[in-house]
Amino acid sequence: MKERAIGWALFACAGLSTLVTAGIVCILLRETLGFFSEVSIVEYLTGTEWTPQFGEKHFGVLPLAAGSLLIATGAAIVAVPIGLLTAIYMSEYARHRTRSVLKPTLELLAGVPTVVYGYFALTFITPLIRQFFPETDIFNAASAAVVVGIMIIPTVSSLSEDALRAVPQALREGAFGLGATKLEVSLRVVVPAALSGIVASFILAISRAVGETMAVSIAAGNLAQLTANPLKSIQTMTAYVVQVSLGDTPQGTIVYQTLFAVAFTLFLITLAMNILSQWVMRRFREVYE
Amino acid sequence: MAESVRSGGRSRRRSGEKSLDEREPLDLRPRGPQHAEITALAREAVDETGAEEPREPPIRLGAQTTLGERRRRTLGLAFHVLCAGAAMVGVLSLVVLLGQVLHDGLGQIDRDFLTSFASRIPERAGIKAALVGSLWMLALTAVIAFPLSVGAAIYLEEYAPKSWITTTIQTNIANLAGVPSIVYGILGLALFVRAMGLGRSLLSGALTLSLLILPVIILASQEAIRAVPDSIRQAAYGLGATRWQAVRLQVLPMALPGILTGTILALSRAVGETAPLIMIGALSFVAFTPQGPLDQFTVLPLQIFNWVSRPQEEFRQLAAGAILVLLAMLLAMNGVAIFLRNRYQRRH
Repeated sequence: MKERAIGWALFACAGLSTLVTAGIVCILLRETLGFFSEVSIVEYLTGTEWTPQFGEKHFGVLPLAAGSLLIATGAAIVAVPIGLLTAIYMSEYARHRTRSVLKPTLELLAGVPTVVYGYFALTFITPLIRQFFPETDIFNAASAAVVVGIMIIPTVSSLSEDALRAVPQALREGAFGLGATKLEVSLRVVVPAALSGIVASFILAISRAVGETMAVSIAAGNLAQLTANPLKSIQTMTAYVVQVSLGDTPQGTIVYQTLFAVAFTLFLITLAMNILSQWVMRRFREVYE
Repeated sequence: MAESVRSGGRSRRRSGEKSLDEREPLDLRPRGPQHAEITALAREAVDETGAEEPREPPIRLGAQTTLGERRRRTLGLAFHVLCAGAAMVGVLSLVVLLGQVLHDGLGQIDRDFLTSFASRIPERAGIKAALVGSLWMLALTAVIAFPLSVGAAIYLEEYAPKSWITTTIQTNIANLAGVPSIVYGILGLALFVRAMGLGRSLLSGALTLSLLILPVIILASQEAIRAVPDSIRQAAYGLGATRWQAVRLQVLPMALPGILTGTILALSRAVGETAPLIMIGALSFVAFTPQGPLDQFTVLPLQIFNWVSRPQEEFRQLAAGAILVLLAMLLAMNGVAIFLRNRYQRRH
């Protein structure tokens, strides 16, 4: 009797996570539907102006989406090459002792709170950029993208390294036996063999960059404009949610509902990327023996 | 299993190294679908013994190397340097970041800074409310998240039948771990603050953060529980233990260090989290310390955000001081986690 009760209690704990997902989807969906009863979904997805808090309201999510895209692209430009090369170094080149110091150090990067990265972007990266490009805005996409990139290096390097290390040693030995150099073994044998895991790590890292909030809202500004210039001030989807939350927004207003519509959009984008990452991992995994 | 792992580890060694036995390494290589997993385990084993990774053999193609040969080697060397350089970028970023914060913030920290409330006058401002709030938040989140996640992990590892329900729960947890924290903030705002009427209280914040770190602790705990060898369970059952007795008296104690390490790391994430708490509307200007879970509050990251957002240089420096305190707190938690891992790590 007691045994069964415990079994059910444990099942309830595990089931809770499903309830959380259901809760997120229900709440987001309810307010989002309320939002779309007032704003057409076409205007939301194709409008190029986002001004819900102004007198003349426009509800085009594109400026926010472009802001998030700009940050994610910049972060990927920083994190993908550095993360992958770091992973190759740790898996193929580094001695055991070097690796045992390097890996935890990089993991520390992932453990630094994002608000600290925001501070770092504002007080270090932005002044640095302005030395080279004096016309840069105080709040600009570039500095936020750089720190978000630094932030997601460990995601890329750690997951890619796992994939690289899972490649059987026999493949490397075979290539060495044919006279290949370490560079050739790494780039032509090991990396292709681990490609699914590497690509999955890229997607996961970029999804993190899209969902990143604090560094972006501190360093990139709060000006929702459609621009591809990283030296300008922009606003991402996440930063918009923060900006509205800081003010006192009454429940039931259209501005309150925009929070949910934007968050739902964000949720769908990151969920899609996470699922894509898992799919790439499974679908394209090279299976040995 | 254990035997094959060990022999797998041996086969990793280079033939150049003197081996104690004369067995042919290749014949002992584990075969079968679990190969990748075993290889990874074997790698760990080799790492622990400190054995050398295989080195690049010297290129010997006749007496003299050709021009192409030399070019290939130069390229190889360049790539080696490039990879090492990339690895240093991450480390260097960390060093610069810490240096910057130390440079700006160290002068801020004194007794007054720790024992004063926030103020509009920079000279009088301190982090008392935020520090106490963070400690409250840490304790409440731990109390809520720990039992729920460990319960879920035990269910998934020890109880769950192989069914679509289990698969769904497991996939769902993996996906929840990737949901941006701000989305949890929305959930907290709508569910705890509004629907359950808990207001902008510590409890609302702690519940929100608990949901946020739930998947992280569950995944870590599952891994720890999975590492307990099956023979332990079989022995317990053989002595007449029920399933719960086997779990409570044998499996959990053995998995506990791993579970605690995962929990502490997840909690340190919660302590540094800002966005969801802004969503649930935690106050940034609080001139009192919370007395109970239903009080309003602020925490260190919120205070930092508040100060960073102001244009005056003095407030930026206050932010740097608060960042140092926050980082010290996180470092201490990480230290405890590493200590636990090293102190109680046992090989089964």
